[in-house]
Amino acid sequence: MSASTAAAIARSIREGQTTATEVVEAHLAEIERTDGDVRAFLEVLGGTALEQAKAVDAGEVTGPLAGVPIAIKDVLCMEGIATTCGSKILEGWRPPYTATAVRRLVEAGAIPIGKTNMDEFAMGSSTENSAFGPTLNPWSTGHVPGGSSGGSAAAVAAGHAPVSLGSDTGGSIRQPASLCGVVGMKPTYGRVSRYGLVAFASSLDQIGPFSHTVEDAAIVYAAMAGHDPMDSTSLPESVGDPVGAIGRGIEGIRFGVVTELAGDAIEPEVAAAFASAIEGLGAGEVSLPSFDHALSAYYLIAPAEASSNLARFDGVRYGLRIDAADTTAMMRRTREAGFGPEVKRRIMLGTYALSAGYYDAYYGQAQRVRTLVANDFGRAFEDFDILLSPTSPTTAFEIGERTADPLAMYLSDLCTIPANLAGIPAISIPAGVDSRGLPIGLQLMAPALEEERLFAAAAELETRIGFDAKPALTGGAE
Amino acid sequence: MAITPDDVRHVAKLARLDFDEAEVARFAKDLGDILEHASKIAELDLADVEPTAHPIKLENVWRPDELRPSLTPEQALANAPAAEEQKFRVPRILEVEEVGE
Amino acid sequence: MSRFETVIGIEVHVELSTNTKMFCGCSNRFGAPPNTNTCPVCLGLPGSLPVVNEQAVRDAMKIGIALNCEVARSCLFHRKNYFYPDMPKDFQISQYDEPICFGGYLDVEGGRVGITRAHMEEDTGKSTHIGEGGRIHDATHSLIDYNRAGVPLIEIVSEPDITGPAHARAYATELRNVLRSLSVSDVKMEEGSMRCDANISLREPGGEFGTKVEIKNMNSLRSLQKALEYEEARQAELLESGKSVTQETRHWNEADGETHSMRSKEEAFDYRYFPEPDLVPQAPPLSLIEEIRSSMPELPASRRARLAEDWALTDQQIFTLTSVDGLLDLVSDAVERGTDPVTATNWATGDVLAKLKTDGVDADQSGLNGHKLADLCELVANGTLSTKLAKQVLITVMETGKGPGEVVEEEGLAQVSDESELAAIAEKIVNDNPGEAERYRAGEEKLLGFFVGQAMKATRGKGNPQALNELFRSKLSE
Ligand SMILES: [Mg+2]
Ligand SMILES: [Zn+2]
Repeated sequence: MSASTAAAIARSIREGQTTATEVVEAHLAEIERTDGDVRAFLEVLGGTALEQAKAVDAGEVTGPLAGVPIAIKDVLCMEGIATTCGSKILEGWRPPYTATAVRRLVEAGAIPIGKTNMDEFAMGSSTENSAFGPTLNPWSTGHVPGGSSGGSAAAVAAGHAPVSLGSDTGGSIRQPASLCGVVGMKPTYGRVSRYGLVAFASSLDQIGPFSHTVEDAAIVYAAMAGHDPMDSTSLPESVGDPVGAIGRGIEGIRFGVVTELAGDAIEPEVAAAFASAIEGLGAGEVSLPSFDHALSAYYLIAPAEASSNLARFDGVRYGLRIDAADTTAMMRRTREAGFGPEVKRRIMLGTYALSAGYYDAYYGQAQRVRTLVANDFGRAFEDFDILLSPTSPTTAFEIGERTADPLAMYLSDLCTIPANLAGIPAISIPAGVDSRGLPIGLQLMAPALEEERLFAAAAELETRIGFDAKPALTGGAE
Repeated sequence: MAITPDDVRHVAKLARLDFDEAEVARFAKDLGDILEHASKIAELDLADVEPTAHPIKLENVWRPDELRPSLTPEQALANAPAAEEQKFRVPRILEVEEVGE
Repeated sequence: MSRFETVIGIEVHVELSTNTKMFCGCSNRFGAPPNTNTCPVCLGLPGSLPVVNEQAVRDAMKIGIALNCEVARSCLFHRKNYFYPDMPKDFQISQYDEPICFGGYLDVEGGRVGITRAHMEEDTGKSTHIGEGGRIHDATHSLIDYNRAGVPLIEIVSEPDITGPAHARAYATELRNVLRSLSVSDVKMEEGSMRCDANISLREPGGEFGTKVEIKNMNSLRSLQKALEYEEARQAELLESGKSVTQETRHWNEADGETHSMRSKEEAFDYRYFPEPDLVPQAPPLSLIEEIRSSMPELPASRRARLAEDWALTDQQIFTLTSVDGLLDLVSDAVERGTDPVTATNWATGDVLAKLKTDGVDADQSGLNGHKLADLCELVANGTLSTKLAKQVLITVMETGKGPGEVVEEEGLAQVSDESELAAIAEKIVNDNPGEAERYRAGEEKLLGFFVGQAMKATRGKGNPQALNELFRSKLSE
């Protein structure tokens, strides 16, 4: 596994054992061989990736990630490259600008190798809501990879790219990381600029990395984090030295298990793997009662913001247009044809929650619950340095299993949502597999801005757990 | 929480969506189910709790009043579904109409 | 005059004349070619984010202070959600229940008007309706230019304290004067940089408020008054005849001098306001508020008081001087160079203003300045120019920018006061007109004008009339 990490690739290119061109070619070949099984990519950027590799090999581009291929969730803008957000309404849209996070990674030498599939506008937990068909789990192609960043999680799990980017609004990085047996990290809200990230729910969205190792996650995070004047919600604080934190160990760190995230809703096999993964940490227990309402609050706040963020897809300036005799009819037809059912459901829900007469009972109340969740975290972090839970209540479910029941699907995010509501950093690392061989994830949460502590603890647990299973992809499908 | 087909039609209109009858029925059920779940929090007594709009405590994020490069009009219009005279073209606008005296 | 009491409230939208737009670095310049001042932010492209222009916040506070408002220690931007093709995001970033300034007043002729609030928001793009007559409902399609989208606006909302159309005009005029003195806006109603909407209702004296009607589309102060006069009479007639007023929005039509009902096709607007999650709260520090307060320019009211006292001008002169751009500066500069204030003011509010209006230019665009006005007054005072000639010189100065002395020289306009030269001319005229001389001597004294007129003709208007009067009087009595 270590041969395929970003750190190792960058080192061997730096030391002349291989070239960026060879690395990119090998990954393009692997995509060619097995992406038919997984369908992680919406577009493979072979041409531009090889050009960038040449520049690295010519010494024109240096940096901690020089020559490292990276897969980009198709919710991030790259100038001149189609950005669809998994939606028909944006098919063919080529943004005239590049997201800050992507730009910084490219400046650090990373090579975008493709745009990955996702639930439409990041709304979903299975990547089945893509207008361009589902992505399949590399561990078992009858199962979902999780979502909404399922393409980015699957791309790393399948070896198509050593690292990738996702976005996490209610667990959209950590949950698919858990289901695909890779590392997935959501930074503190405001650490990574959202400029160029197509918004789902602005007060919850964060960009974060997928990788095989905690160290790689820290390297990618460090390369893109930090203040951006183009994002008003970007934090001015120094990012510190997250990569240097790897190896600091866990001495003195007090671990707490959140009882509300480790109870009956958790599948027994997941609970058992979680228990054995944290054995020997001396973790205490902490009850955070507001978490019982976090899911409900989330499913009011996120759709409310989304209903407004997605209003601009109206057929006037870009994307799909279905013509009609007047502009109102054109907008309605365009949106009706361009959005899939889950997006419409959330737009409806959010519009309703904000509409006159319901605001206080729904949106206003959800914002108050948000305060309670943040307060509960605050209390818990007085006694504990890192909070623990399973990442997902279940392992990967079958394709189609939850598509007819939105509420069942929403429960996938039970354990990940509180960190988004409070804006704190969290990471999911692989903690084992279930009896069907499907990966199980463990979530660590730290106080806002404590990414260094989060990476240090996660790296230590990663070593203790020693997860080294790999999906076996035959490359049979085409 | 019962959501009627008329509620759905009204909200769809606000959201510029255009549902057929089957969709109206389906969304009435889905929204009803989800709001049923959400209504648990509507019942909480949180009068003393301040709402949180943002997870972070930043304020006064301002930029200096300095020019930055704009797009070229070609870039601005490159993705336009219809354009004319360097402007975005739309069908006639009927949001408000004059009805006379 | 009807037996009803008129109640009017006015909402004024003012475009700030900052360098850049409210939330992006695009130029805020009027009249650029279509869609040249646009970027991902003001086009509402997916993934773009707004960042507040500090100058707009300062200008908003300045306006609030000038209007005797309280400046909020904390305020928020909200999203106002509604679909309209000239609004790129399909929501407007505005302020809702926490505006930056509130609770002020403005003293105007006719009585004090309360200011409910002054808040920040962004302008929309501009649609052109193509088809028969260019009117919205006759159009076949519309074309949109987003140059204006995102221009900073301050919306100033008055209390319903305005008692009639003339009072409304006085309020809008004084507001414009105040804004102009702050140098925060062009405040040109014709160009739309200041836009007034008025709410008007009638009631029995001291009774309950009547049903109000909103009137829009007035593009001059005069049409504001005319539209309100029309609407006041229309409502009075309805009420007199036992009918009721319908709550609605009506558009003023300058051409036919009437207001026309605009029907909204949608049911009542439901703007679904919620706090803008892409922006953080504004909490201007006290030090900044104090800095602005202490650097306020002189406001029109205090300037008027000073002019009345120092220069002994009439109310009407003061009003004109302070209402027309650049006029007061012109007079002040002339006075500084020793011209008598009343003389300079007479010129400024008389011939100078008339010429500016004829040419349709502002004072600073004409060839005249305070220095030249002082010179002109001096040429009259020392007898070089008659008032009549001076008016002629003024026109040339304003058109060419030459100095008055230079004009007098070039055109040979200096008054002929030389006694012997004039005496020769008078002699000849008396000799050439013996009949008239006879009649004068017989007591027809009004013929003196005839002789002076002949002399003026002979000198092409340059003869000193006083000198000529005396010359003829003595010659004819010989
Ligand atoms: Mg407004
Ligand atoms: Zn712009």
